[in-house]
Amino acid sequence: MAFLGPDEWQAVALSLKVACLAVAASLPFGLAVAMLLARGRFPGRQILNGIVHLPLILPPVVTGYVLLLGFGRRGPIGEFLENTFGVVLAFRWTGAALAAAIMAFPLMVRAMRLAIETVDPGLEEAAATLGASRLRVFLTVTLPLILPGVLAGAILAFAKAMGEFGATITFVSNIPGETRTVPSAIYAFLQVPGGEASALRLVIVSVVIAMAALLVSEVMARRVAARVAGR
Amino acid sequence: MSLSVDLNHSFPGFTLDVTFEAPSGVTVLFGHSGSGKSTVIKAVAGLLKPNAGKVVVNDRVLLDTHGRISVPVPRRRLGYVFQDGRLFPHLTVRANLTYAHRSDTKGLDRVVDLLGLGNLLERRPGALSGGEAQRVAIGRALLSDPVMLLMDEPLAALDAPRKAEILPFLDRLCSEGGVPILYVTHAVAEVARLASHLVLLENGQVLRSGPAAKLMADPVLVPHMGVRDAGALLTARVVAHHPDGLTELEAPGGRLFLPGVHRAAGDPLRVRILAQDVILSRTRPEGLSALNILEGTISALHRGGGPGVVVQLAVGGEHLLARITRRSAEAMGLAPGQTCFAVLKSVAVAQVDIAEAAPLR
Repeated sequence: MAFLGPDEWQAVALSLKVACLAVAASLPFGLAVAMLLARGRFPGRQILNGIVHLPLILPPVVTGYVLLLGFGRRGPIGEFLENTFGVVLAFRWTGAALAAAIMAFPLMVRAMRLAIETVDPGLEEAAATLGASRLRVFLTVTLPLILPGVLAGAILAFAKAMGEFGATITFVSNIPGETRTVPSAIYAFLQVPGGEASALRLVIVSVVIAMAALLVSEVMARRVAARVAGR
Repeated sequence: MSLSVDLNHSFPGFTLDVTFEAPSGVTVLFGHSGSGKSTVIKAVAGLLKPNAGKVVVNDRVLLDTHGRISVPVPRRRLGYVFQDGRLFPHLTVRANLTYAHRSDTKGLDRVVDLLGLGNLLERRPGALSGGEAQRVAIGRALLSDPVMLLMDEPLAALDAPRKAEILPFLDRLCSEGGVPILYVTHAVAEVARLASHLVLLENGQVLRSGPAAKLMADPVLVPHMGVRDAGALLTARVVAHHPDGLTELEAPGGRLFLPGVHRAAGDPLRVRILAQDVILSRTRPEGLSALNILEGTISALHRGGGPGVVVQLAVGGEHLLARITRRSAEAMGLAPGQTCFAVLKSVAVAQVDIAEAAPLR
């Protein structure tokens, strides 16, 4: 990549890796939570909705600090993970993926939930009368109808994960090659004299990725509408 | 097959308490909106959990709140045709039809043929007319190989031409006598055309349950059917088509001449004669423009609350209803046991009231 220097390229590659892991790992949970919020009727639904949306409202530093308290090496979950599975998240790129996944989760769930809500529950009822189990109804009716919405949610979450800064730097710091993602790198370049050119190139990369993600997710959302209308 | 239903359910402001049994054939649940008929069919399908009740189809208990039995919807094996079709929009017509039924192409061919779906198979539901979509929905339910077909006002969302397009297919389905049907409607014309057994619902209660022909010919039930919709059913047979466009039918009590019935000679038909279209005469009338005169005996007279009287006339082994004014009944001195002539204008019988359907008894 002639456009980017080695340090810059390292940050972009790391960001891509972090965002891919964040989206892949959180997708099943996001879909399950979106189904619960769209179709479920249970006490505490509003509380679940609130918890899911919390990272959107809280200062990212707070989210990062809470993650550090919980998933740090001395935190209850972090200690359990290290003792049981030998997994350490704090100050590792996997920790950056966790922070990015949590920050992107509300966006992902929201897009999926909107898609699920456009599906007429009567269609699921009809499938049940035709002998389909709940799993088959989900796989053959609900999922195909919301698939573009699921992809749109994943793309938005990916873009958000690429750009996550506050929670990431608080939870896993800013270690070159391990946790220095694009935003952290921009921040670091701006701290040293003569770093503006590098920062600017990363800014351009960020803008391009964000724009592309937005456009693709818009197109996907339109395809949901067309599918549900049966054209 | 038999269907046995006993349901108790309440919504705010409405209580349903319904018990009925139905033999095989086409059982129609008839009632005005709010009578509880949709609640009953949904409870049979398992789409609604009643407060208490028991549903048995063919000796198989689908629901018994006392015995804590409630077979899940997918395992009830009841084909359900919804008022709004509910085709899967992302699948082609073919994939919709085979959703419940993956292997047996012979069954698919038969249903495609029965419902005239041949040229729709590769289309998407979004490209179908309302009538086509409903035919596909019926086919899809049939192909799930149901022990009974549940049809929840399948024609209610369609305009008159679309209804007329589907009714012949329903006639064929019903008269084939294969799968038993539980059919919900608030349209008397559909009852007259399709029902073999009739359950009349009113305010969440069963008003009457019995053979459709018997209930349709009961003068007491005329107000419940709607005075302008009430009419008895006659079985007739096509005798000949005349060059002036009239079809001659052999009916109990005489010959009927009706405008162009498109059926072959010898075909059995059921014809609904609206009570309000029948004129009565004590003597055989002459010099009338009306072509159809059936001779019968008055078997019952029923006085309603208003100025009308409903007269039941035995013709052959069947019955006709005539709705006339009380003034006329008194002037003519009508009483049970008298011989009477029923006069009917040929053009009064609408095509929609002529079905090739199943025998009445």
